Amino acid sequence: MFSRLFENVSRRALVLLGVLLIGLFGAPLVASDYLLTVLILILYFAYIGQAWNIMMGFAGQLSLGHALYVGLGAYTAAALYVHFGIGPWLGLLAAVPIAALAGAFIGYLAFRFKVGGVYFAILTIAVAEFARVGFDHLTWTKGSGGLFLPVAQYAQSDLWLLRGKPVMFYYILLVAVVLAFVFCRALLQSRIGYFWLAIREDEEAARSAGIDTFRYKMIAVVISSGMTSFAGVIYAFYYNNLFPEQVFHISRSIEIILGPIVGGVGTLFGPIIGAFLLTGMSESLIAALHALGIDIPGAKQVFYGVCLLLVIMALPDGIWPWLSRRIGLSEREK
Amino acid sequence: MTALLKVDGISKRFRGLLAVDRLSFDVPEGGIFAVIGPNGAGKTTLFNMIAGVYVPDNGTISFAGNRIDGLASDRVCQRGIGRTFQIVRPFPALSVEDNVIVGALMRRHDVVEARAHAHEVLRRLDLYDKRAQRASSLTLPDRKRLEVARSLATDPKLLLLDEVMAGLRPTETDRIVSILKELNRDGLTILLIEHVMRAVMALAGRILVLHHGASIAEGAPADVVRDQAVIDSYLGAEDI
Repeated sequence: MFSRLFENVSRRALVLLGVLLIGLFGAPLVASDYLLTVLILILYFAYIGQAWNIMMGFAGQLSLGHALYVGLGAYTAAALYVHFGIGPWLGLLAAVPIAALAGAFIGYLAFRFKVGGVYFAILTIAVAEFARVGFDHLTWTKGSGGLFLPVAQYAQSDLWLLRGKPVMFYYILLVAVVLAFVFCRALLQSRIGYFWLAIREDEEAARSAGIDTFRYKMIAVVISSGMTSFAGVIYAFYYNNLFPEQVFHISRSIEIILGPIVGGVGTLFGPIIGAFLLTGMSESLIAALHALGIDIPGAKQVFYGVCLLLVIMALPDGIWPWLSRRIGLSEREK
Repeated sequence: MTALLKVDGISKRFRGLLAVDRLSFDVPEGGIFAVIGPNGAGKTTLFNMIAGVYVPDNGTISFAGNRIDGLASDRVCQRGIGRTFQIVRPFPALSVEDNVIVGALMRRHDVVEARAHAHEVLRRLDLYDKRAQRASSLTLPDRKRLEVARSLATDPKLLLLDEVMAGLRPTETDRIVSILKELNRDGLTILLIEHVMRAVMALAGRILVLHHGASIAEGAPADVVRDQAVIDSYLGAEDI
């Protein structure tokens, strides 16, 4: 599966990738605490964007409820830690299957009963909202009062229990982003990737070419939801508090998809570029406003809206397809 | 010759409209069989029943001795029936090559192997030089051939062609005719719906004429075009 990862990759692309990686791995050495938290946020969105992109960008299934999988991952791992002292890495063994099962449930309902397009998107919102309301009343996870992880000052980072300084989370997320990127590229180059693109382009024609569309759409949802839940686990242990109202809220789901849309749906770099641009620029905007002594609530949302509008008007395929042509790289063109 | 496809008494009703009415025919293995008839005669409905898009209300369809009516279209394709669409449906954002690779991957699990097979098919259909283009950038004749290529890449025993010549210039028609003849010589059975009589006469070993969902004539091309019922309902009195 991974044997052809470097196929059709130009030397120029490799050099750029190398520089980017070195830059990212070295960043904590020079970054301030504030910048580091922004970078963590960027990597977090880049990772989830990549996971969401599998469903939408590859298989063409629009999910507007990915906060569900983040939340399930976060709550499962956090609750296991709080109640039983089970560490997050072991918690993953429960969190990933639970999120993947939720994805499979939505996928099965939708694909079995031929709920497609906008209606599928609405179904994903509905289940996420259902979870939000449900978790509000779930006493095991402390309901709407919020689930808190014990916090202390850490002299040393404990990688096994994910207790430690932000820089630890930075590196975990960076590795996750790199692995997700490699994994997605391998998927795109494989049989499954071709089938997903065919389904995205024209589902009926794909069926006529012998593709079991139900099966491959299910695989896309399960992989995407399972991957997303990992980000949820990290979220829980990074922020140490979970409120259903925040974690499952639809605005979280929207935030997740903005990066890939701005960066380029269906491309491998789109989610990463999108996360850097959106999160990076909105944080700098807020920092700049603060420095000027201006505090406008909702400035970030307005900024996201403007970005989305500009991209949709000027570059409907997203920034990456345009950028890759400008810098002399092109994805998947032979 | 034995029948590769056996259609036995199938009907399909869309509310008040009886689109196909107790239709039966056999497509012999290794033959080229044409279905002609006026617009609305039920030709595409017939195709969609064979290809698994619709389930017939009555009757059975057998392929290579096994029932296939009621199977989903992907299963029908896996059994060995390839199809094209009357209104072409390539995967627009994919390259010509990737379109065909998708088809080739049905029976192959290795992408490299599938690509090699796709190249072979593309060469046969004169699309090899355009393999890097996006499917959406192709002209209509090229898209039609791309549909045939994608379908052929699944290694069908029977190919269903839904008006692949419609809208083509005579030279392009002749080119497709010669490609199809060549494929047929290599053992591919072909069932085509076609209005372009020039192509039908050049290709078909047997013709079925459909009118209001029922067969009004079936036989060798030379006999069918002289049939009075066919002339009245479809071809008209002009000489062809």
